[in-house]
Amino acid sequence: MVRIAVDLNRCQGYAQCAFLAPEVFAMHGEEALLYDPEADEAQGEKLAQAAAACPVQAVVVDAVDASAEAVPGDR
Amino acid sequence: MIGDGSLERFRREGRIVVVGASLAGLRAAETLRDKGFAGSLTMIGDEPHEPYDRPPLSKQVLLGKAAAERTALPRLRSVDATWRLGVPAAGLDMAARRVRLADGDEVPYDRLLIATGVRAHPWPREAEAQLDGVFVLRTRDDSAALARRLEAGPKRVLVIGAGFTGSEIASACRERGLAVTVAERGAAPLVGALGGVVGAVAAEMQREHGVDLRCGVMVTALEGDASGRVRAAQLSDGSTVETDVVIVSLGATRNTEWLAGSGLGAGPRGIACDAGCRAFDIRGIVTDDIYAAGDVARCPHPLFGYQFLSLEHWGNAVSQARIAAHNMISESTDRIPHMEVPAFWSSQFGVNIKSVGVPSLGTEILISQGSLKDHRFLGVYGYQGRVIGAVAFDHARWLPFYQELIETTAPFPPSFPTVDRRSDGQRPIDADFPDPSVPTHGPTVTLGGYSPADRRMTFTPAH
Ligand SMILES: Cc1cc2nc3c(=O)[nH]c(=O)nc-3n(C[C@H](O)[C@H](O)[C@H](O)COP(=O)(O)OP(=O)(O)OC[C@H]3O[C@@H](n4cnc5c(N)ncnc54)[C@H](O)[C@@H]3O)c2cc1C
Ligand code: SF4
Repeated sequence: MVRIAVDLNRCQGYAQCAFLAPEVFAMHGEEALLYDPEADEAQGEKLAQAAAACPVQAVVVDAVDASAEAVPGDR
Repeated sequence: MIGDGSLERFRREGRIVVVGASLAGLRAAETLRDKGFAGSLTMIGDEPHEPYDRPPLSKQVLLGKAAAERTALPRLRSVDATWRLGVPAAGLDMAARRVRLADGDEVPYDRLLIATGVRAHPWPREAEAQLDGVFVLRTRDDSAALARRLEAGPKRVLVIGAGFTGSEIASACRERGLAVTVAERGAAPLVGALGGVVGAVAAEMQREHGVDLRCGVMVTALEGDASGRVRAAQLSDGSTVETDVVIVSLGATRNTEWLAGSGLGAGPRGIACDAGCRAFDIRGIVTDDIYAAGDVARCPHPLFGYQFLSLEHWGNAVSQARIAAHNMISESTDRIPHMEVPAFWSSQFGVNIKSVGVPSLGTEILISQGSLKDHRFLGVYGYQGRVIGAVAFDHARWLPFYQELIETTAPFPPSFPTVDRRSDGQRPIDADFPDPSVPTHGPTVTLGGYSPADRRMTFTPAH
């Protein structure tokens, strides 16, 4: 599993991410971006491409293994 | 610290405690490690969950497009911390440098970061607030419970308060085809944050999407049925709304009660700190070992006459966290001030709303691009002859330009020719903010006085 947040202050709605990883990112209306805050590992490759392609680097994804950083007692 | 190597020792083996394990707390912890802090790090959080992101809770989650349980924040790096989750901090001993937990444990620190944020204002009448079907929305658990209830298809949802969160909830409900009534004490939705000119557009958007919007009214009472489920709401205009889900969206309260009596300059308006995020004590003297960041902090901003601003914005929590973390482990001459231009976003009724600066400080507004009628425009706010804020409805790409005007304290009305011919405004008009003494749903930016401890009026110093 890969966790995602988008800094929507930075996001300029260029939709590159939605083009590269449509399962995770989608435009909502003309300009607003909706994304799935947690994607499956299978999306990892596409997600990395989408994050890299964002012209304003608004896409924030896990930089460390999520399970290694897991916090005791959660869920 | 003096140049005797003590800072080096602190960076190597000191103890940092972070209270509040959410956006600001996590990003601060990551920054501390990034900048080489190698000592011990303890994260204290009253929620049982690891840090998660809140903006999706009123958007993706309520639309049924993401699960509330799957909103944990991405980790930018490993933080190697001791996590104390599910237990609130209950007290602070500044002299002994210890945080007391509700379970009786005490956690000693050399430096402390407070990032306890805010919580939703509950419905003021306790018995009514307990009725089944009455919600607030601040936490993951709130959002999960509300999403489940919306999934079950209520007959009508009542949203009390049309600030950003309330409006986003109404939008999600309409998109799911649910009947929605919104009751707002002010003259229009978003009026506290963006003023009446823009608020009128927000009202139009709600009505066009089928929201039963009632402005200038207050909900006076909630009624339950025999089994304790909410059934109806009474409004101040004498009308009754039959409803089975009520969402109380009346703004937020700062989580500072646990600091009462500690001597820190903390109160209902937040924790007063300097531009470097160091907290003031109640005497107005800055501490050097206690920092604050995020929604709970109240910082003087150089761009706004050093007025103390409390900002309930995601971007502010991230940038203050980084600055506080940097300053906590730096020599006094290497410290940096927090001076990022405030910014936030919201999306509702298919429109992307973004803002920079502090619109609520403005007295006038100029629609410099687009048109109010189309719900696509850019509004610039002016205050005493300078540009102080801007808001974009589906016009976000232009905002960086306006941000620069704010940063350079450009004159208002702006001197550039308005190129967009469809533009409504060649001339500024009154931005029409409500009288601040008349409460609305609670704006997301609060302006404080110049004094670090507004509570002084009620404070009696010890001898
Ligand atoms: C539904 C919703 C939608 C939002 N949408 C947007 C948006 O679209 N755009 C935007 O810019 N901003 C948005 N925000 C605001 C944004 O989420 C906040 O600005 C941000 O979460 C602030 O982070 P923080 O870490 O300062 O505080 P918080 O996220 O409030 O975290 C504080 C943490 O401290 C904990 N805590 C409190 N007291 C104690 C104690 N005594 N001991 C231990 N722990 C304690 C709290 O439980 C909480 O976990 C939204 C907020 C909500 C609730
Ligand atoms: S690519 Fe970046 S700027 Fe474009 S929509 Fe995605 S996040 Fe926003």
